[in-house]
Amino acid sequence: MAVNTPTKPADPDFVRIRSTATFDSGKNLLDVKALKMHFPLTQGIIFQRQVGAVRAVDGIDFFVEKSETLGLVGESGCGKSTTGRAILQLYKPTAGEVKFDGVELTKLGGEQMRKMRRRMQMIFQDPYASLNPRMTVGNIIGEPLEVHNLASGKEKTERVQELLRVVGLNPYFTNRYPHEFSGGQRQRIGIARALAVEPEFIVCDEPISALDVSIQAQVINLLEELQDRFKLTYLFIAHDLSVVRHISDRVAVMYLGKIVELADRVDLYERPLHPYSQALLSAVPIPDPAIESKRKRIILTGDVPSPVNPPSGCRFHTRCWKAQQICSEVDPEFIEHETRHWAACHFPGA
Amino acid sequence: MAQQLLEVTNLYTQFFTRDGVVRAVDGVTFEVAAGETLGIVGESGCGKSVTALSLMRLIPQPPGKIVKGSIMFDGADVLKMDDDEVRSIRGNNIAMIFQDPMTSLNPVLTISRQISEALELHLKMDKSEARKRTIELLDLVNIPSAKKRVDDYPHQFSGGMRQRVMIAMALSCNPKLILADEPTTALDVTIQAQILDLLKNLAREFRTAFILITHDLGVVAGMTQRIHVMYGGKIVEKADTAELFANPKMPYTWGLLRSIPRLDERRKAKLVPIEGLPPDLIAPPPGCRFEPRCQYRRDICKEKEPELEHIPNSKPDHEARCWGTQQGGWLVDTDWHKEVGDTRVIEEIKQEIAQLPPEPKPGDIPPPPVAM
Repeated sequence: MAVNTPTKPADPDFVRIRSTATFDSGKNLLDVKALKMHFPLTQGIIFQRQVGAVRAVDGIDFFVEKSETLGLVGESGCGKSTTGRAILQLYKPTAGEVKFDGVELTKLGGEQMRKMRRRMQMIFQDPYASLNPRMTVGNIIGEPLEVHNLASGKEKTERVQELLRVVGLNPYFTNRYPHEFSGGQRQRIGIARALAVEPEFIVCDEPISALDVSIQAQVINLLEELQDRFKLTYLFIAHDLSVVRHISDRVAVMYLGKIVELADRVDLYERPLHPYSQALLSAVPIPDPAIESKRKRIILTGDVPSPVNPPSGCRFHTRCWKAQQICSEVDPEFIEHETRHWAACHFPGA
Repeated sequence: MAQQLLEVTNLYTQFFTRDGVVRAVDGVTFEVAAGETLGIVGESGCGKSVTALSLMRLIPQPPGKIVKGSIMFDGADVLKMDDDEVRSIRGNNIAMIFQDPMTSLNPVLTISRQISEALELHLKMDKSEARKRTIELLDLVNIPSAKKRVDDYPHQFSGGMRQRVMIAMALSCNPKLILADEPTTALDVTIQAQILDLLKNLAREFRTAFILITHDLGVVAGMTQRIHVMYGGKIVEKADTAELFANPKMPYTWGLLRSIPRLDERRKAKLVPIEGLPPDLIAPPPGCRFEPRCQYRRDICKEKEPELEHIPNSKPDHEARCWGTQQGGWLVDTDWHKEVGDTRVIEEIKQEIAQLPPEPKPGDIPPPPVAM
């Protein structure tokens, strides 16, 4: 079995029958439409005038089916974390709709939203910053249980121990503090906290980026096990394309506040339609010198433009090798070019 | 053996902390030839950055100290030099590119000040000469309109551009050796591709020797001639790049290669992680440092520490620090390809280990739960 030969990945394990879900199919757990999240830029000391806006997320559409994993990839500053937070209403979106299980979240009041949050949780990137250093592990994991009146007293303690066991930690760690744990263990605590309220949907915001290579696989496997066990739905935000391919059923690629491509994992990795997705895939180094020496890289010139003042037309046209006149004038629509394969480009394909 | 540019022998760097002595670099020996690119791979805390800092004598002292060893650079021992001599080598003959371009440039000085400082000091250029050379260097690392940007401050540059400035600075005095410590870790993939491309061209053009330190096996695969894998302050496997990827021998290297998903392979149902945690360098395991996490361990691994030795049936310069790969060892003929991602084989090995006489597990981490 020569696994390391550079063959085209055929992905024979892909046995999942491709679902026919699409926007508003009724089967989706989450439907996001024309979501915008702008952060105002102000000037002045006493009277602050708004002089512009950081268009972190600028009109995106996507959906997440029940118990699937949608990967959201893009470079830093493209708005992927903001998207995750805007969905959970941690930021108040500027415009657009976020429908969770048929309920429009942007219109909910504080108390109603708080109840909804029990069903949607988040795992954060930095396990060093997202756990309160002055709280014991037991209190960190138990807090959501108390907030939502799910358990208290002895029942709470038991539940916390059960959660620690679920994420692969010793149940008797409840009285320890976060600094006594390594990065990977802390990330497990963060996962246990998210699981405490038995959510249906978890936004994983770069959950493994801060971890060591040998620990990353442990956490990925844990997330997958938990998904199978509790029928969780993930929005998995990451910049590492190989990890996203491993964990996701479908993948959305973001660039400068827009989703440029959305497709099934196999379709996206084998036939990326958008030039940006193609460039991203070709930039990933492969740990095999034989392949590396033969590979042709698409090297993009320049940097990501500022989201305060994004380029006219297609936002990628300043770095795109296929760009023509029309690209700088007309913003391409996000359309279904192939079955369940959306892209926003005037010249999609190879 | 060809004339070596750098020869590090038995280097020990330790940090004396309140909790005890951290043996960050624990007997490291390697050499770099002129014009060669060497990759040092390992996880955080394995001692790879401390090795690089030791070469430049940049270890903060106290608490750190280079306890013993020798670093022969171009025929002179860096460790025996006085401060002035070291200063004349730093930046001049050995330069360094740091991981984080956001923090390694001085925010209150213009780019031209920062680059020409080295030129004026080491190459005794006057101001206008140094400025001219600075612009040339910025051109060389592909910074657009270098002439205009030379008087900008670091905050006016993006992350990728700052890393280019760092590279220009490292190149400024035509050093013989450049230490690149995770040069692309803080950057996005598309920018990483740009920077790696640039480094590769520069290495070819100037025949500068590079030591590329990283945790990303993908980065070293395309860049280096030889690779050393470090774990727990020691080099555990050394080989040339093609050999290391085609025929890795040390179980830790296997673990590294296995635990990352790869774009060019078929998707695995499950990743094979390295269980457990990296060793505590204050009280490292008495035997092989990787023994507590190794699936292939035997009794001897726990008792005695293996030496870095040549592996039978492999290229002459392929060495590993592992009892299993030494003459007559139980891993010499193991074909690791068979096991990549093959959970069935891993299960067999697990059963094999289970049948071995029981041994107390270190730490209090229970195995991950079995799905109910």
